[in-house]
Amino acid sequence: MNIDKSARYRTSHEFARKDGAEFVAGISDHAQESLGDIVFVELPEVGKTIKQGETFGVVESVKAASDLYMPMSGRITAVNGDLAGDPALVNKDCYAKGWMIRFAPANPPEWDGLLDAAAYEKEAGKE
Amino acid sequence: MNSTRLHDWHIAAGAKMAPFAGYEMPISYPTGALEEHLICRRSVGLFDIDHMGQVELSGPGADAFVSRIVSATVLDMKDWDARYSLLLSDEGTVIDDLFVYRLPGQWWIVINAGNRDVDLAWFKKHLPAGVTLVDKSDETYMIAIQGPRAIELMDAVSDRKVSGFPRFTSGELKIAGIPVLFGRTGYTGEDGGELFFPAEGAERLWKLLLGEGERLGIETRAIGLAARDSLRFEAGMPLHGHEITPSINPIEAGFKWACGLEKDFIGKQAVEAVMAAGAKRRLVGLEITGGVPREGYEVQSTAGEGIGECVAGMFCPTVKKYAANAFVAPAFAKLGTAVKVVIHGRPRDAIVVKRPLYVPAYRR
Repeated sequence: MNIDKSARYRTSHEFARKDGAEFVAGISDHAQESLGDIVFVELPEVGKTIKQGETFGVVESVKAASDLYMPMSGRITAVNGDLAGDPALVNKDCYAKGWMIRFAPANPPEWDGLLDAAAYEKEAGKE
Repeated sequence: MNSTRLHDWHIAAGAKMAPFAGYEMPISYPTGALEEHLICRRSVGLFDIDHMGQVELSGPGADAFVSRIVSATVLDMKDWDARYSLLLSDEGTVIDDLFVYRLPGQWWIVINAGNRDVDLAWFKKHLPAGVTLVDKSDETYMIAIQGPRAIELMDAVSDRKVSGFPRFTSGELKIAGIPVLFGRTGYTGEDGGELFFPAEGAERLWKLLLGEGERLGIETRAIGLAARDSLRFEAGMPLHGHEITPSINPIEAGFKWACGLEKDFIGKQAVEAVMAAGAKRRLVGLEITGGVPREGYEVQSTAGEGIGECVAGMFCPTVKKYAANAFVAPAFAKLGTAVKVVIHGRPRDAIVVKRPLYVPAYRR
């Protein structure tokens, strides 16, 4: 399992990582591995405000659709347009080229409630 | 839960396993479902399909019985011919779809795993005196070998050249001493065939085909059920439980061609009644923009009224499109009709397209 040590995680396998004043989010390597080949990613509109734990999109693998949950509350400032043409970027490089959204946090202390890399690794290892 | 004799091989190969029709089956291997699909389209895919069932029918009344119980014309078949057919209820709906082989002195019928009990009960219910039915499913193993180089690989390993078998015919041969019935058919759209042989030879034959493929430089890989589904979907083949079910008739599903209307068969009256009255819905292919359609998703007119439902849908790896099969009201079945498919609560643009989405090079 490949873990981005600078990111924090939800138990539903989304990650968030600080990037200046904003955050970048996507799904973990463990998530892409268990989903298998990803064929479509549905992302929110830029400007939309989404609360922590609400869905921000859907990731479609060969066989199933899975909701994506907002790791922290925030306003979407950018989405990864490259995923429209190449959703497999999530499989190949989930923490970098396969990022999904950038957001401006509405409640930065929510970061402290997310799992750090070690805790997430332990959590995901149970599955 | 049943498992096939290749179960341990699949696990050792790192396959993701899941229940299908009462069997624990490989869904995909570490190769990945999309790549498995593409390997079968460019070279050779091997499929463990031992969950499929086989029934042998013989005896003096067998010809007449088979002709009456399956929808397709079969009495014109010569020995070794293989033909697609439906098994219909009295109401003309689809109990199962079958491959019917006429072999010297007997009929060999291949049935779907999930319908084995229902099919056997249906056969037995109608079985006349003078016809012997034997369920050969457990002692018979079934592997499919599919792809543009499948016949080349078969020719190399077999004591008979299957390249000489016309499509939809079969023959007996030996591979490393294992007696095999080879039918030049399949469920991917590609050239190739399906092998029936004594179950104890399963692992040996499977490994031999993979090993010989490698030795001869013919890319040959195990393919899971996920890619099997996308391969059959692109090639326009039905999967029982989706495009055909016990509540769907052959006319609405586009299978009039599999009904021998010049003969008598169970369900014929009902089928003719549907033809006279006109089908209330039609199976169509839909190409979707902006999402992945799935079974159960609603189809709407551009005005937003419900006009049907998707029965299967996915990303199609060869044609690189998001597509569905759906039953829609006949007024919306014309090619080029713009409709909507509701995906995650939002209607997305869709258009009625020609099926199949993919035709392999050898049949173009």
